[in-house]
Amino acid sequence: MTASVKTLVNQPYKYGFVSQIESDTIPKGLSEDVVRLISAKKNEPKFMLDFRLRAYRQWVKLQEPTWPNVHYPAIDYQDIIYYSAPKTQGKLNSLDDVDPTLLETFEKLGIPLSEQKRLSNVAVDAVFDSVSIATTFKEDLAKEGVIFCSISEAVKEHPELIEKYLGSVVPIGDNFFAALNSAVFSDGSFVYIPKGVKCPMDLSTYFRINNGDSGQFERTLIVAEERSSVTYLEGCTAPMFDTNQLHAAVVELVALDDAEIKYSTVQNWYAGDENGVGGIYNFVTKRGLCAGNNSKISWTQVETGSAITWKYPSCVLAGDNSVGEFYSVALTNNLQQADTGTKMIHVGNNTSSTIISKGISAGKSNNSYRGLVKVAPNAKGARNYTQCDSMLIGDRCEAHTFPYIDVQNSSAKVEHEASTSKISEDQLFYFLQRGISAEDAVSMIVNGFCKEVFNELPMEFAAEADRLLSLKLEGTVG
Amino acid sequence: MIRSDSDVVLSVKNLTASVQGVDVLRGVNLEVKAGEIHAVMGRNGSGKSTFSKILAGHPDYEVTGGEIRYQGQDLLELEPEERSRSGVFLAFQYPIEVPGVSNSEFLRLAYNARQTHRGEPELDPFDFEDFVQEKLGVVEMNPNFLERSVNSGFSGGEKKRNEILQMAVLEPTLAILDETDSGLDIDALRIVSNGVNQLTTPDNATILITHYQRLLDYITPDFVHVMEAGQIVKTGGKELALELEERGYDWIDEPEAVATAS
Repeated sequence: MTASVKTLVNQPYKYGFVSQIESDTIPKGLSEDVVRLISAKKNEPKFMLDFRLRAYRQWVKLQEPTWPNVHYPAIDYQDIIYYSAPKTQGKLNSLDDVDPTLLETFEKLGIPLSEQKRLSNVAVDAVFDSVSIATTFKEDLAKEGVIFCSISEAVKEHPELIEKYLGSVVPIGDNFFAALNSAVFSDGSFVYIPKGVKCPMDLSTYFRINNGDSGQFERTLIVAEERSSVTYLEGCTAPMFDTNQLHAAVVELVALDDAEIKYSTVQNWYAGDENGVGGIYNFVTKRGLCAGNNSKISWTQVETGSAITWKYPSCVLAGDNSVGEFYSVALTNNLQQADTGTKMIHVGNNTSSTIISKGISAGKSNNSYRGLVKVAPNAKGARNYTQCDSMLIGDRCEAHTFPYIDVQNSSAKVEHEASTSKISEDQLFYFLQRGISAEDAVSMIVNGFCKEVFNELPMEFAAEADRLLSLKLEGTVG
Repeated sequence: MIRSDSDVVLSVKNLTASVQGVDVLRGVNLEVKAGEIHAVMGRNGSGKSTFSKILAGHPDYEVTGGEIRYQGQDLLELEPEERSRSGVFLAFQYPIEVPGVSNSEFLRLAYNARQTHRGEPELDPFDFEDFVQEKLGVVEMNPNFLERSVNSGFSGGEKKRNEILQMAVLEPTLAILDETDSGLDIDALRIVSNGVNQLTTPDNATILITHYQRLLDYITPDFVHVMEAGQIVKTGGKELALELEERGYDWIDEPEAVATAS
């Protein structure tokens, strides 16, 4: 059986190294005291501590969700470190003060931060374990009035914006993981685009988990004022450990009148080995609020990593004529599990949303699309188009689709299309008979399947996504 | 086009094969030289399509005995993609649809795989486009076919023409056409046949697998073989096809049934 679709043998995960960094780590466990300690370590104003404490008190009352179509042993939340930061000597005035090992780490990840080497058209906020270590191009952006900094810095420098917007899209008690994040989040990125400004370059955050026992809880907040626009990219990797690390992030986007936010993610957390040992638990709440009329929020995600993914980047279309988009590729291999999709909540008049979801399952993995399209009673003229395609590689994987449609206004137009396909032995044989190797064949078929989503990615990411998928699929056919 | 000194392209001896434990080929013998066109005819289930798939290395079939030599080398030693790269081409009876993969990209990858195998330079998308434009004429194909997904949403005739376009691009040494005429209307049959005729040269060989004589009105075979129960039971010239057309396959069965039983 030369061309038969066989067990998957993954290529080694390229980003699996651990950096030797001295860190300031608090003991394991979570309590009100730990929340206070985190806030104190970060020298936060009182409103921030209060925010955290309210969240913590909600969290203890909430239950971990059991409805996702994923299975994992119970997480002991007292066995996780909630704050771990690279040790630094006082305040960093420039990149020269950053520990060279950290700079090296990001260089190895393909994210050079130094003045000479950094990416010319993208400003990067580099987050290592719980802390933002550097943000490039800050001064250039400041000239346009754009604020791009770590959220810790924003809490101190722009408390009025943080107090106004933090938790305004994802309330602290929204769900179990969002409450947890709101209580203990350690860092993340803050973006503010003033009125009428088109952000002069793409902004990007690169998340790196290094510590094997710490959770990563970062928080991203992007506010786009009237008539402004921004493109934001997020990348993530982690070392290989044979234990699981919890990553519970919250991302909030706010778009005011005529503003546009495009948020793209290429998620490549460590996924565990072929036996399902290790890997990141990626339990993330991402939501955008189209608060203003004619505003637009677009999510594009390429999910390839994590042992378990639980993630539904959503749009609340409150402003009239606002637009929400969700383009997603979720690839699972080996024993990975993903339950991912989106929510489009139509509230304003004449709002429209588009959902294009491509799920690819290989190995013994389990890949679910879960989506909600909701049209509120007063939302006139809402429109939604959903296309939800699944592809199976091999015969031991699973693909599921859970679309929920809740329409309460009769003027709504909602379309849903779905398909399931399989890379068949006959397809592979056809490629082979034309001299094309099985690996090139799978990569061509999968890339063709994902084309509509890849077309939405910024150029730097499209090439990366293409390469990443091919790499992840190496060895999926024998 | 036959020359007495032509090289043997394909030599099949006592080939036996099974699929899921069932014998499907029971001792096939065939020799094909450069410049020759062979037609293999037979009823449904006689093993003729199976034979073509085995030549191409389809993984569902297990060769249980005999040998296949292609240009002097043991074809059974080669993986399907290696067979293709060394010049064995199978035009599929049911060409496979591949949504999302553009025809031109597919053709270019196939072409470049062959080029690399031969130690010749690959073509970039621009040069390849010039190259493939010329080939379109062979099957009277509109250039916009190149931008469509491979066979996806193609009519039956378009799919078969696309197979011949691939053949034109890959310039095989041994082309096996598996019921390329099935499902074609008379215009498409003419176009496809013209295409095949343009591609036959003194240096390559063609095996036509077919049910019907009508394809042979357009492509004249040098030999006609009749396959029955996994064996070639009769071989003749092109007139044999006409005789089959007239008398059906039954008249061949009788004496051979005795022969195999003995």
